[in-house]
Amino acid sequence: MHELAVTESVIDAISAQLSDMRVTVVRLEIGKLSGVMPDAVRFCFELAGEGTCVEGARLDITEPDGTGECRACGSVFPARDPLALCPCGSAEVTVTGGAELTIKAVEVADHV
Amino acid sequence: MCETCGCDAGDAARLTAVGGGAAHAHPHPHPHERVIVLDHRVLSHNDDLAARNRAWLAERGILALNVMSSPGSGKTTLLERTVADLSPSGPVAVIEGDQETVLDARRLAAAGASTVQVNTGSGCHLDAAMVSGALAELAPPDGATVFVENVGNLVCPALFDLGERARVVLMSVTEGADKPLKYPHMFRGADVLLLNKIDLLPYVDFDVDACRDAARRLCPGLRMLPVSATRGDGLGDWYDWLDEQARPVAG
Ligand SMILES: Nc1nc2c(ncn2[C@@H]2O[C@H](COP(=O)(O)OP(=O)(O)O)[C@@H](O)[C@H]2O)c(=O)[nH]1
Ligand SMILES: [Mg+2]
Ligand SMILES: [Zn+2]
Repeated sequence: MHELAVTESVIDAISAQLSDMRVTVVRLEIGKLSGVMPDAVRFCFELAGEGTCVEGARLDITEPDGTGECRACGSVFPARDPLALCPCGSAEVTVTGGAELTIKAVEVADHV
Repeated sequence: MCETCGCDAGDAARLTAVGGGAAHAHPHPHPHERVIVLDHRVLSHNDDLAARNRAWLAERGILALNVMSSPGSGKTTLLERTVADLSPSGPVAVIEGDQETVLDARRLAAAGASTVQVNTGSGCHLDAAMVSGALAELAPPDGATVFVENVGNLVCPALFDLGERARVVLMSVTEGADKPLKYPHMFRGADVLLLNKIDLLPYVDFDVDACRDAARRLCPGLRMLPVSATRGDGLGDWYDWLDEQARPVAG
């Protein structure tokens, strides 16, 4: 399960910068086409966060769509999976974006 | 008023912290949280290491290929054969990823490749740090071809750049032609698709064209090379493809 490795990378990156703070919220962006399952990350976050500065923090995950571009009719539309069909019915779709995997921000408690 | 944050702690309670410098102890009726913007790509550490591997390999003119498939599609069999056929014309080395055992590394060493086994334990994929360690151990000569046999898994390895020149995805005709649609991320990132075990086509219900179409829905223009690692069909096309990769890339 690569979500464990992903979650550990999240926690490592935050700890490296903010180890002496208490993090209360972690805002992640996990694109719908990133191949990472938000629910699995949530599950791992609780376990892997124990004993670190993110222990007990809330996880806010946004899931941006990718972009589909139809090679048949030329329309551009939001793609929620790598096999998205064009509204015109065509499967000749080039899907880009939606692969975000980013720690956008954290909220830290001002007073420990 | 609180001197640290300027909030109004109210009249009812006055708590004064004594000692401990900046200690700031009064009950907070409102949240005191500070937002720190990070905009940090989660896999940037792996991607940085992969970029370092890529530069290290390029300096030495080494062609590294990341070979991925489900368990049992025939990665090791294909590499055994490839090593035996190619090593007379140049150095070939293999980095073998498996959760446990050195069985596959032994098979490839027997075929004539210098081989390093990476056991990932519970890990379901290789990452750039593992490959960096393996390359240091392997010390392939300049101009070598290095095959990296990833852990058998069509999901997790798709996410981790190792620093390879190209991604080789293998599937076999016993797995079903809808595999690409079920594991889109792996096929989306493929540079070539080897369809293995075509010697078994007469015995299984497998639609080669449907498989190619499915793969190309995810990865337009993807090349699919039908092969049999055991009987040898199609290996010429595979070796030609490898030759094309070995040419220096522009830029
Ligand atoms: N019939 C047939 N069997 C194959 C072929 N390639 C591999 N195999 C068999 O598939 C099984 C798994 O192969 P292996 O190379 O260990 O797969 P890996 O897990 O991807 O490394 C072995 O029993 C191989 O002999 C092939 O082209 N045709
Ligand atoms: Mg193997
Ligand atoms: Zn369309």
